[in-house]
Formats: sequence, C-alpha cells, structure tokens
Amino acid sequence: MNYTFRFRDVFSSWDILQDGLLLTLRLSVITILAGLVIGTLCAAAMTYGPRWLRLSVQSYVEVIRNTPLIVQLFLVFFGLPSLGVRLDAETASVLTLSVNLGAYTSEIVRAGLEAIPKTQIEAGHALGLTGPQIFRYIVLFPALKTTYPALASQFILLMLATSVVSQISAEDLFHAASIIQSRTFRDFEVYAVVAGIYLALALALRVMFSGFYHLAFGRR
Amino acid sequence: MSLVACRDVVKRFGTNTVLDGVSLEVAAGEIVAIIGRSGSGKSTLLRCVNGLEAIQDGSIRVGDTTINAPGADLRAVRQRVGIVFQSYNLFPHLTVEKNITLAPRVVKKISDRDARQIASDVLAKVGLSEKVNAYPDSLSGGQQQRVAIARSLAMNPDLMLFDEITSALDPELVGEVLKVLEALASQGMTMMLVTHEMGFARRCADRVVFMHQGKIWEQGSAATFFDNPKTPELTSFLSAVLH
Repeated sequence: MNYTFRFRDVFSSWDILQDGLLLTLRLSVITILAGLVIGTLCAAAMTYGPRWLRLSVQSYVEVIRNTPLIVQLFLVFFGLPSLGVRLDAETASVLTLSVNLGAYTSEIVRAGLEAIPKTQIEAGHALGLTGPQIFRYIVLFPALKTTYPALASQFILLMLATSVVSQISAEDLFHAASIIQSRTFRDFEVYAVVAGIYLALALALRVMFSGFYHLAFGRR
Repeated sequence: MSLVACRDVVKRFGTNTVLDGVSLEVAAGEIVAIIGRSGSGKSTLLRCVNGLEAIQDGSIRVGDTTINAPGADLRAVRQRVGIVFQSYNLFPHLTVEKNITLAPRVVKKISDRDARQIASDVLAKVGLSEKVNAYPDSLSGGQQQRVAIARSLAMNPDLMLFDEITSALDPELVGEVLKVLEALASQGMTMMLVTHEMGFARRCADRVVFMHQGKIWEQGSAATFFDNPKTPELTSFLSAVLH
C-alpha cells in the first residue's frame, strides 16, 4: 500500500461539513422532541385508550417498525407529490424521522407505563384526580425515568439514522461528505472524518443525556 | 340523614359474588369497624363506597350523591371521601409535601402557598412535621402510612375509609398509626375501617360489623359485640383472632 493520506483536502472544505453538521443537529433535536411527544401520546393511547384507538396506534407502530426508514422517506418525499403534497427535503425529513421515532419511542414508553403499579393509579383516582391528571402527575415521571436509558439509546440511533436524509438531497452531514468526496475523490479521508464527527456527536449526546438524567431524575 | 347508606349492595367479580346484599348505614361522626375473615368482602365494601369498584345491584349513597347512578360525579364524591390503603400507595417520585399538596393543588385548585400550609397542618396532626421534604422510600412503613393518612386529610374529607391500614406493618409500628386514628376519632371524624386490630375496634369504634360470605352477618355496639357474639361464625372468628 502506497497511498498518501491527504486530510487537508477534507478540512479545507470545513465550511461545507459545518453546514451539514448543523442540519444533522437540527434534524436530530427537532425529531427527538417530536418523537418523544408522539411516542408518549401513542403509548398512553395504547395503554389507556379505547379499543379502536389502541388498534389504530398499534397498526401505526407495526407498519413503521416493519418497513425500512429509507422507503418511508422516499414515500413521503417522492410519493406524496403524486397526491399533491409537495414537501421540501428538510420538512419531509423531519416529518418522516419524527413519525419513525415516534413508533419506536411509543413501544419503549409503553413498557414504562405498564410497569406502574395499578395501586398508584388507584390512589390518584381516590384523591379525585382525572385520568389525564393521573397520567401527568403520577404516572409519566416514573415511567420516563425507568425507560430513560432505552430512550436515550433510541435517540442516539435516530441521530445516526438521520444520515439517510442525504438520499433525498437534504444537506446534512453525510450529504456534505458526498459533495467533498465528489470534489476531491479522497473517499477514505472524507468518510473517516465524517465517521469521526458522527462518533463525537454520539458520545456528546450520551454525555448530555446522562447529564440530563441527573438533572431531571437525579434526586428522584 | 345518615352520611353513608348502602342498600342491598351486590358486587360480583365474574361469577364470584363478593357482596351479597349488604345494607349498612353510617351516621356522621360515627366510627364503624368492619371485621371478618379474608375474602368475606369487607375491603370490597369499602372500595365500593368511594366508587373504586362498580356494583352490580343495590345502591350506595354518600352524602346526597347516589354513586352508582349513571353519570354520578365520582370525582366530587372522592374529594369528600378519603381512603387509605394497606400498601400506603404514596407517590415515590414526590416528596412528602408534594404527595400531600398534589390533590389540593390539582383537584381543588388551591394555591401553592395555601396547599403547603395545609400540608404542614396535616403533617402536624400525624406527627411528621419534620419529614416534609423526605421521599417516601426514606420513611418507615408506619411513617409512610401516617403520610398516606395526612394526604387524605389534606382534602378535608367528610368520611375516611381505612382498608386494613396496619396489616402490612411490623408489629412495633402498628401503635403509631393507631394513635393517629384514635386522635382522628376523638376529633369526630366519620370513619369506616376494615381492621384486624380487635383491641382498637373495641376501644374506638361505635359499632362493629362482622362480615361473612359477602353478607353482614352480625353487628352491634363495640361494648356488647365482642362479649356476646350471637352467631357461631362470629364466635369462632373471635376465638381465632383473639388467641
């Protein structure tokens, strides 16, 4: 092997990488928040909802979890225009990723909800709280606490999975890598640097999530 | 008018009839102890009184609300009827104070400041003022149960239901909880309590009810009840628990 590494070619396009990184971060943050809300609502619907609602939510979860993310993304970005719904790449990405993460999150949160003893809910009823109040004040916090580690790994997986949006021309970190690659043909260097950035991002998220855990659930 | 009136109450779980035509009235200020073997329906009766269990036949009235009527406002009833469970059921993620202030704040929309004043008052009543910021898992069973009583009292109920509240406690912790009950009794609180503490029932109850096979088998004033049981079932029950 007499290949000479030239990482300089990659770092000279740092501004492109930086723009890509910003979109990856934005997609991840928005999607994680949206996915958590969707997942929590769906978990509540699956646990406490009437039969028709449970079945609809269950179908949503199963369809999403049993089809590839990239197919879902293409369906939204390339398929919906046929029905007259035209979304730009970033919107389509946020929508698809949120719906995707929501399905996975709902299964995780549901396990947390089911682990709450019935007696806790009964104590809430006995004090005159409404169902939604019991959910909000008595059930939600312990359920999120027990499922937090699983949620955090799911969110990191999501951040890594955002790289798929480059396939519909959203200009994320991986998209930036492809551009630099086509300009420099420094495949190894580009993808090694980008892999390093994703790794750093994932580790940073891990640290952040663990910090947040101590902030939110530390005392309890 | 009595505060609670159960008439011919029937409660079934599937094909198993747990309450088989129970009629019981409780006057305001009265303390009624309910005793009986496990499975006799005594806990179920309590849980029916605040609507935690739906009944299949008969009627239950609390104050002027018939709680088994369609569309009855169970939440309004539950604000006036406190219940304390055998297993405390404190909220583990909330401090003692937040356990107590949750329902006043959320259900009664009382201001945070007033709710904390209430918490401090009821904690004083159960002798746990210093535990205001403790979490439930740092308390003994007896202390947790006293907090659970305080939590119910914070809603200022007209009626308190106690469902075997000392049964899960170590023997040396039973006394502190019974002391709180005695203090409540002396303040005129209306109480229905399912208990195995015969000494307490004899000392504090106005009336003792013996349940057997889903029916009220025998009842009477605490003074006569224990000394002159009329039915062989009560005689054998008393001889089993008193020795």
